[in-house]
This record gives sequence, structure tokens and C-alpha cells, in this order.
Amino acid sequence: MRTDPLFQPVVSEARATRSVSLTFNDQPLTVPAGISVAAALLMSGISRFRATPVSESPRAPYCMMGVCFECLVDIDGVPNRQSCLIEVADNMRIRSQEGARDLICQPMNVRTVEVQS
Amino acid sequence: MNHESVDVVVIGAGAAGMAAATRMAGLGLQVVLLDEQGSPGGQIYRGITLAPLSRRDLLGPDYAHGNQLAQALTSSSVRYEKGASVWQVTRDHQVSYLREGHLYTLDAKAVLLATGAMERPFPIVGWTLPGVMSAGAAQILLKSSGLAPSEPLVLAGCGPLLYLLGWQYLRAGVTIKALVDTTRPEDYWRARRHLLTALRAWPYLRKGLELMRSLRSAGIAQFTGAEQLAVEGEEEAQALTFSVSGKAHRIATRCVLLHQGVVPNIQFSQALRARHVWDLDQLCFRPVTDPWGELDVPGVYIAGDGAGIGGAQAAAVQGQLAALGIAARLMTIGTAERDEQARPLRVQLESSLRIRPFLDALYQPKEQNRIPADEVMVCRCEEVTAGELRSFVALGCAGPNQAKSFGRCGMGPCQGRMCGLTVTEVIAKARGVSADEVGYYRIRPPIKPITLGELAGE
Amino acid sequence: MNEPRKRQADVLVIGGGIHGLSTALYLAQAGVKVIVLEAEYCGRHASGVNAGGVRTLGRHLAEIPLALASRDLWHSLKNTLGDDGGFVPSGQLKLAETLAELEECRRRVEQLQASGFDHEVLVDQHQVFDILPTVARHVTGGIWVKDDGYAVPYKTVTAFRLAAEHSGVQIHENTPAQQIDQTGTQWRVSTPTGSFSAEHLVVTAGAWAGGLAMQIGEPVPVHPEGLMLMVTHRVASFCAPVLGATGRALSFKQFANGTVVIGGKLIGSLDFLARHGEVNMELLGRSARTVTDLFPHLKHLGVNRVWAGVEAFTADDLPVIGASRKVSNLSYSFGFCGSGFQMGPGTGKRLAQLILGEHSDISLEPFAIDRFNSPPRESAASFQSATPTP
Repeated sequence: MRTDPLFQPVVSEARATRSVSLTFNDQPLTVPAGISVAAALLMSGISRFRATPVSESPRAPYCMMGVCFECLVDIDGVPNRQSCLIEVADNMRIRSQEGARDLICQPMNVRTVEVQS
Repeated sequence: MNHESVDVVVIGAGAAGMAAATRMAGLGLQVVLLDEQGSPGGQIYRGITLAPLSRRDLLGPDYAHGNQLAQALTSSSVRYEKGASVWQVTRDHQVSYLREGHLYTLDAKAVLLATGAMERPFPIVGWTLPGVMSAGAAQILLKSSGLAPSEPLVLAGCGPLLYLLGWQYLRAGVTIKALVDTTRPEDYWRARRHLLTALRAWPYLRKGLELMRSLRSAGIAQFTGAEQLAVEGEEEAQALTFSVSGKAHRIATRCVLLHQGVVPNIQFSQALRARHVWDLDQLCFRPVTDPWGELDVPGVYIAGDGAGIGGAQAAAVQGQLAALGIAARLMTIGTAERDEQARPLRVQLESSLRIRPFLDALYQPKEQNRIPADEVMVCRCEEVTAGELRSFVALGCAGPNQAKSFGRCGMGPCQGRMCGLTVTEVIAKARGVSADEVGYYRIRPPIKPITLGELAGE
Repeated sequence: MNEPRKRQADVLVIGGGIHGLSTALYLAQAGVKVIVLEAEYCGRHASGVNAGGVRTLGRHLAEIPLALASRDLWHSLKNTLGDDGGFVPSGQLKLAETLAELEECRRRVEQLQASGFDHEVLVDQHQVFDILPTVARHVTGGIWVKDDGYAVPYKTVTAFRLAAEHSGVQIHENTPAQQIDQTGTQWRVSTPTGSFSAEHLVVTAGAWAGGLAMQIGEPVPVHPEGLMLMVTHRVASFCAPVLGATGRALSFKQFANGTVVIGGKLIGSLDFLARHGEVNMELLGRSARTVTDLFPHLKHLGVNRVWAGVEAFTADDLPVIGASRKVSNLSYSFGFCGSGFQMGPGTGKRLAQLILGEHSDISLEPFAIDRFNSPPRESAASFQSATPTP
């Protein structure tokens, strides 16, 4: 859910950096290149990154340095990524984690095997 | 599995790591510097090589100084590997790390841990709500991304970093709604016996006083002696409540920045089973070292805030001292030369640490913010409250490891970083024994996450 | 503060793991005054840090009667202790990944049936996929034991400890047993905090039992190893039973909280003096590979912690249980080769019966401490498990 962004660029900085396009829960976002995924989400109005596995409580980054593990998101299908340690890249697909991550299982073709009893 | 033999591995490219690696390379050692960030600087100098000039100016001269260390590193022969996440260091100097999805192992003759410090946890009601962050986190957003809160924020707690951030926000034109300081008259009284030593660190003291003066004259609502801090909100932070001299206050805000000091990051040193002691001044565990920073694990050294909080300047000096110690151990230089080169460094170190006893006494974190009430979440990952932890103690869990095994406290992704100190102190208080006797979590690899696929070599 | 009276018991138990505590509990329930001496804290080592498997599957033939008796106790643990220690009767499934492995499983089940045991059942591929829809499709079948399961080790040990204390057992933690000696009818155990005495002594000291046996001149070929385990981050539920494999070392289970514990008799290194097991990275890679081969979708699952516990292994992969063959009034229960957790409740009860002079249908002969000195007995050596026991 998007709200007014909690963080925004400091006014005094010249906005010369190039932009990166990515999605969060399928919503397209345009963010400055060179910043962390966590920073990008915070400045885009995402204040809730995930729901905890224990009680599905809402969580967001706390330490921004890789210590608290609150900023965990799914990036391009890989879960539990510390978004404060990862730089944004074009076409990144970011998803929030709702509870314990559901890893997708893809059963392959079954070869039938007979058992002699 | 790629194995490679090197002379020295340095873990962490902050002040201590950069200074140590550069010095050792200068002495002819083959040094690999590993850091998980994408550019050097650690936390104090985070983003220093990428920050635009205006940002460096905003953050102040102490921050800008880090650029010298970074440039010296770049022009040295140090093999600097960024984006390297170290997940194991063994007692016989094997360093295993993950970089771009691949595993590597370095066999070193000596290892230097320079992984620095982290924010002390601030367990109060509502501290897990979105919108509540550490002051350090907000400063990192400023340093690495040029971001600041978009709405009037509240700074709460105590300690130089809190005030520094406030000063940096003022310079950036960010609106601070309130500064809620937990410092009380008793703290000044406790700090008085260090005042003379602090005065000998006059430059630092003066900087601090000027900083506080700027904050005061900026017209921000300021409260001191704040107690019973709590964050109000359902899905996110909505207000900070507290009391001063029995009077209740409530400040509406979506952004609460908490800080009550930093503590050594002891994950690696604990995993190595190095000896640690509970520092009664800084109220945290720190590893025991010799004058060169060597742990009681031969060939493993530690420098910087990870050995005990001293700040960036002290860290850089300690890094160089460790560099000399390692060079002598590896017989690149003799002990006489080592001692000779160390002489001026020891003078510098003593000078940079001079202000610490005063700061530690004045900004000692309050017990109610370290040993919280029953309802407060202690283990954020596994959502264990202080009350639940106390109930484990009542059942006979006499230490953090039993609490971990019994109630999952400390078993989550952060591996006890956010709850370790709190758990030790809650148990110590409940049992009426010292923190030293209670001890800390048994830390095991991987120190940073690694997936089954990465382990399998896929 | 410690009056002589409080250091005197009917039975002294050295070792506060599951074996010591269950033995103590059953003795106390029969009115015996018991003191347990534990070097660190109850469940600090093997009993508290194992993979949690409650397994009769794949056992050495000689162990099966005792394991089955123990199994029944697990299912009624809530009644005995007032706490089930997190026990879940999830069933255990040993996977075969090739036709040859499946044949091996078939022979095993056949041989068990010939000995009168029917707890292990052969299952085919479809049955495996029914039980475990998420497993890789190259699996050919396996062995299924429906009444096996898993528990949470430290919780189980704590449950035994609290029940034992409730029954009057006195437990002294941080009290390592240094010297043991017998004078007349009294055993005396010296510790840093003073001596304890009792007429009967029980040694359930895991990897440290051999040292104590040596003290009274009863050496045993037992050696310690550091067994490695991994636990992952939480993941949504995908695996109900506990898993093993036929052709490679594997023990694998997903707990109710979603974390997965992976092991399989992986031997790391050991700093015995420091009472600490160390992790061997290369072996971990192999173990991780086994898991991703069986569950490809787990490749992105993060490992949160790797550790190595200190376990005692004997020369013939069977534990030492029973009376000393050298001196009087001394009993042992140790050397479970990484498979002792499940045996805890049953062995404790059986050993208590031995000490009390009560009758039991389960013979402890295969576990005699002096068996290593004589030619191998039929019952112990007649059937070797063909695969590494998970």
C-alpha cells in the first residue's frame, strides 16, 4: 500500500543522477540509480516491506546496514534479500514477503516405477 | 570450492579496515580487503566515494575526512573486493565468503576483523513499527542516498550521533519536530569525574557544544530527562509518547528516530570463541585483545569499534597498530621496528580516546531502555517479549543459549544482533547475577546468509 | 550451604541429557532418591542440539525392541511429563532414488519382517508422492514408518528435567564430575563444588562417559565426533514427514515454525577439550546438494545457522547400556552414535528397571559394555544396516 513517502531527496542536492525503472508488487516505480532497494522503496511511499512469519505484523527497515533483517524482500524470485544492501537495477521485480515465504515448487514429469512387493 | 592462500585478510572497509589494509600493503604484505557494501567507508564514512560535494559539505568535515582513507586505499596494492559477504572465519584463518553468487575461501596467515559497530537496540513499546528507525539508519539514508524524512520527525534517546544527525538535518532544511533526550541531571553528575580529561579533548568537546547550541537555537521542541518512551500506532508509527518529571507528553509523528549509542559488532569474534568481557562503562560485550589488537585466538586481530567503541579517528589508528602487529607476526618487520612505528600511533590513539570516558558516562543508556517491561518485544525476528523471556528464566533457562533453544529467542535471521545484549541483561537482572556470568549467545556460521543453492555450488 | 545430607542420595546420575534425566525420572517415580550431576546445563550437548528425529526406521536390529518401547513412550509423553516436548508423530520416510536403492529397501523390509518386525513398510513412487508431493520426481519409492516423528530437543530435555525435579530429583548444573571411586558400598563423585555419595552410580555422560569408565578400569572403544547440522530460514510448509535417504547421508525435517533442519551423520571437526564441534564447509556443500537434488525449489532457501554437536560413537555402532561388568552398583547408558535421542525415554525406563531389579522382556545383552572384548555375539552382528543411518 502506497502512502506519502516517509523519505524524500534532500533539497540541496542537484538531481543529476539517471533513473531506474522497477516494480514493487507489480506497481511500476522510477527511482534514482545508485541507491539501495530499501531507500528506493522508502522514497516511493512504501512504508511496509513485509509481514512477519510469526504474527504477520508489518515491518520496515530499522537499521539500514544489514543488521536488523527487517528490510527483507523478494527480488526477482529470490526471497529474504536484505534490500538495504542491494543496489537498484533496471527491471527489478520486487515483492513484499507475506509471512513465511512460499517457495514455488515445480513438479517435473513423473516416470512411473513399479514396485515388487 | 575455490581455495586461495594470501598473507592477510581484512574484513570490513571502514575506518579501521581501510587504514590497516593500506598500511600493510605499504609494508609489502599481500592483503585482501573484503567488504559487503558496494563502495568503501563502512558506516561512519558510508558512501564517501560516491557522495556529491554538496552532500559531503552538509554532513560535515569529519565525514569528508574519510575520503582521504578511501583514496589511500585505492592507490595502494590492496586487493579490495566489494560486495563480498563473509560467512565464516575459522580459528585457523580460513575466510569463506560469497560474492556474486559464488563461494570463495581464503587461507590467510592472519585475519583482521574490522566489522565495526552497530546501533544498540532500543527496545520500547512499538519499536518494531514501520516508521521507527535508528538514528544511524536515517544517517545512512542521508549519506548513501541523499534522503531525509519528508515529514517533521522526532529524535529520541541520547548520544553524539543523535545530535549530529539533528545538526545535519538542520543544515539540510529538514524539519525536526522534537528532540526527546533521555539524559538526566544524574548523568551529568556521573560524568563529572571525567570532565578534566574531556577538557583535554577540547577540540572535540567544543565541536559538541557548538552542535548542541545550533540545535537549541533552532527552535526545536526539546525535552530532557524523558522516560517511559513508547511509540504509538497500529500499522505504523503515529506518535511518540513519554513522560518528563511525571508529566505525560505525546508528539504526533510518522518518523521516530531512536538512538542510545553504538556497540561493538561481535558476531565474528564470538563465533571464533574469542574471550569477551562485559564493559561496565559501555554496558556491552567487547573482545579481549593485546596491545596490537590480537584476540586470544592466535593470528586473529580486531581493530576499530568492534574492539570497543572509540570512534572513527581511533579506529583508523587502531587499524594501523594492528597492521604493525600483523607485519611483525608475519616477520615482514622486526619487533623493534614495529614498536618504533607504533610510538606516534599510541600517542594519537590516547588522544582520540580521551573524550570517551566522559561520553560513556554522560550518555549511558538508561536501564528502562535496555531492560524493558514485560510487554516489550525483545527478539524482533521471533517476536519474543521480555515477559516471555523472563518466564523461560523462571523455568530454569539460566542463559541466552537456553532461552534460544527453549523459546526461539535469537533464532531468527538477525542471529541475535538485535536482541543479544537485551537478552543477556534481562536474564542477568532476573537472576541477580552479572552479565559476564550470563554470557552471550553462542554464535555460529553463516555470519551472513547463504542459500542452499549457493552452498551446493549451483 | 550444602549440608552433607543434601549430597547423599540413593542414586547418583552423571550427565543431565535425555538419558540421565529419563533414568532419574523413572527411578524417582519408584521412590528412589536421585541426584543428577551435569557439567554444564541440561541438554547442552547431544540431547539438546541434535536434529530432533524420533526414529525407529533404519535401526540396527539389536536396537529395535528398545526403540519400539521408547516409541510408545514418546506417544504418551504428554501424560508422563505433562509436556510433549514438541513431539509430532509425522511419520518418517526413507527415500530411494534409484531402482537399486529401492531393491535395497525391499530387502531390508523383508528381513525385518522375517524377524517379526512390521513397523517399516515398503512404499512405491506414487505413495511417496502422496505423502510428499513436493519431492523431486526421480525418487523411486522408499520405506515408511508412520509412528515415527520428531520433537524439539531442548524442549524435550527441559520437559524431562522439570518432571524429574517435580518427582524429587535434585539436579546440580555447572557441576562436572571429575573423580569417581567406590569405597565399600558407597560411590563417591568429586566435583569442583565438593563430593556427592550414593550407593548406586549411573553414567550417562555421553561423549565423556568413556573417560569415566576408564577411571574404574573398564575401557570402552568409544570416541567423540562433531556431528554437523544446518537450520534454514522459515519457509511455508512443504514437507510433513521426516526424511532420510538410502544412497546418501540425509536427515531432513521441516518443523511447525517452517524452518528446515538438515543433517545426516555429517562429521565435522571437534575440539574435545573445549567441548565444541566445528563446521566443515566442504561437507556442507555436499549436504546442501542432496537437499537441492531432492527439492530443487529450495535452492533459494537461506541457511540461518550451522553447528556441530558432540556425540559419542562406539566401535560397533551400538550403544553401551547396562550394568558394569567390572564393579558393583554401576550402570551405564551412553555411546548412541548420533541416534540416541529417540532412545532416551525407553532406555531410561529400562535402565531404571535394571537398577530396581525389576523384570523386563527387553534384553540389554547386545549393549553390554564388555562385548568388545569377546567374539561378536549373534544378535549384535547378525544384521547390519546396509545404509548409513540418518
